[in-house]
Amino acid sequence: MSRIKTVMSSLKDNGKSALIPYITGGDPEPGLTVELMHALVDAGADIIELGVPFSDPMADGPVIQLACERALKHNVSLIDIFSMVTAFRSQNSSTPVVLMGYLNPIEKMGYSTFTKCAAEAGVDGVLVVDLPPEEGHGFLLEMKTNKLDSVYLIAPTTTEDRIKAICDASSGYVYYVSVKGVTGSASIDVASVAKMLTVIREKSDIPVGVGFGIKDAESAKAVSNVADGVIVGSVIVNTIAENVGDHAAIISKVSSLVSSMRKAMDA
Amino acid sequence: MPTKYTEDMLKNIPDLSGHFGEYGGRFVSETLMPSLLQLEEHYNKLKNDPKFQAEFYKDLADYVGRPSPLYLAERLTEKVGGAKIYLKREDLNHTGAHKVNNTIGQGLLAKYLGKPRIIAETGAGQHGVATATIAARLGLECTIFMGAEDVQRQSANVYRMKLLGAKVVSVESGTRTLKDAMNEAMRDWVTNVDNTFYIIGTVAGPHPYPMLVRDFQTVIGKEARQQCLEKENRLPDALVACVGGGSNAIGLFYPFIADESVKMYGVEAAGHGMETGEHAAPLCAGTPGVLHGNRTYLMSDENGQISPTHSVSAGLDYPGVGPEHSWLKDEGRAEYVAITDDEALDAFRTLTRVEGIIPALESSHAIAYAMKLAKEMDKDQIIIVNLSGRGDKDMHTIAAIDGITV
Repeated sequence: MSRIKTVMSSLKDNGKSALIPYITGGDPEPGLTVELMHALVDAGADIIELGVPFSDPMADGPVIQLACERALKHNVSLIDIFSMVTAFRSQNSSTPVVLMGYLNPIEKMGYSTFTKCAAEAGVDGVLVVDLPPEEGHGFLLEMKTNKLDSVYLIAPTTTEDRIKAICDASSGYVYYVSVKGVTGSASIDVASVAKMLTVIREKSDIPVGVGFGIKDAESAKAVSNVADGVIVGSVIVNTIAENVGDHAAIISKVSSLVSSMRKAMDA
Repeated sequence: MPTKYTEDMLKNIPDLSGHFGEYGGRFVSETLMPSLLQLEEHYNKLKNDPKFQAEFYKDLADYVGRPSPLYLAERLTEKVGGAKIYLKREDLNHTGAHKVNNTIGQGLLAKYLGKPRIIAETGAGQHGVATATIAARLGLECTIFMGAEDVQRQSANVYRMKLLGAKVVSVESGTRTLKDAMNEAMRDWVTNVDNTFYIIGTVAGPHPYPMLVRDFQTVIGKEARQQCLEKENRLPDALVACVGGGSNAIGLFYPFIADESVKMYGVEAAGHGMETGEHAAPLCAGTPGVLHGNRTYLMSDENGQISPTHSVSAGLDYPGVGPEHSWLKDEGRAEYVAITDDEALDAFRTLTRVEGIIPALESSHAIAYAMKLAKEMDKDQIIIVNLSGRGDKDMHTIAAIDGITV
């Protein structure tokens, strides 16, 4: 069983939802990422989404765009990201790491090399924002060969026939994008999320993580009541942005934000 | 002469899922997929709908002023001393460039789909102006995204768009040029997908855009082919067009693909010179990759990050290119070359002085290459250059280079 499946099923047995924070690898500088990942786990993260910085993050709002820019100032590459995961794994063998990014850096490296290196580094899953299942057959095969989970997106606009196809292509979990828009834009509407989750669950029993628009402990709690996973990105990245230059403040403020969400979700 | 590019073969370019050989496709986040599928479905119906087509061609005639002339540039031909140079006068279109052919088409699509709001990205501002124009005419709300650097160097077009009632958003992210404007337009579209139609200005982006923009622009090549047959009683020997995203080039090339005796040259921007790396020539110096929804030749670094580009002409300042050009390149059916800023500026001045036609800086790249090419050809041979736009918008850039404030 993959690390993601193990975590998801044990949470489910305990009636809990997964807390899945996102940070951009190398933001604000490469040296801090591994420490930040451990801090996220200590604060209650069940899975970590690690962003691979890209020069043209089309699906992201200004907060994550700027995080990419900060990381790219240090020329953070996929190879650097793999090193970060390897370093994280040397002290943590249980928390799944899902890479989230755009296709071009992966194409440049080659699907086969990318998936092999990812698996060797201890990556568990990969979400490629601009790779819908229709275009991803070759990539999916390489992912399966290397026993990596493929996480695909479902959006509020996704039609019912596509939901089924996306769930079938996914493993580990699917990522429900709760609002039409870019990351960090609108606030979540839990009622409409719950409605969509019902539709998704009619098609598949794969766990559903919900992201976009979760801004605080309260919204994390509300989403955890209906979803298998709560994905939190921009609010964490924004906390990092507000404390650039002060590593101790980044660690402590991100930790307290994540643990407040954990507490609210478990209450 | 039998051709490998039969009607049956070209029907599959792109194939049903939008691939031009290994290029093109639909690489977008899930939120946009349903809209793209819906757009494709509607377009496939409308492209064979006589009513839609009649409305499109009526607008091209009465509103744009088509057909645009095929003009024999006699003094330029004489000066160069080689092949006859014909100019396809897209600069005479309403709004001053070929861009309007496409915005008329997509504006009609927006109307048929019932979308009250349109958005567009723009580089030189020609597509933005053409979009704002159509929005005014159809009574649609319009927002144009333009890189902050381009807003500065194409200020006349910014003002034009505002006069036409459009909101112009200056994009400060990334390299602050066309690619960033396109990122921002995509972000807007994903947010407002229910009420918004995205009018992409070139033959790039996710399927079905490269196909439908091409279809709307092929009016250029269809007319040019017929006009050349009427004037010269034969087909041209070569076609020359500048390539940023590549819409004016595809528009001219496409109706000639099966005529294998006709050579096709796409002219990219060599900027400060190919050897400096400061250029915008992905077909000449790039590698295949994925950006803005399609797989195509791209300028990116060894880590897959998109490289900054440079060209004196904002409309060519783009790190990618339409996927059909990538296919034509690999096929060997079209040849892609590059012209530097300085060569383009020389051609700009030459055409202005010799023919009394002030070309856009983008089109000046095509003129510059055509002059080189004509010199190597016989006097009884024929070149058609797509004069894709007029240079009014570039007065500030040229004056600044000359050290003059206008």
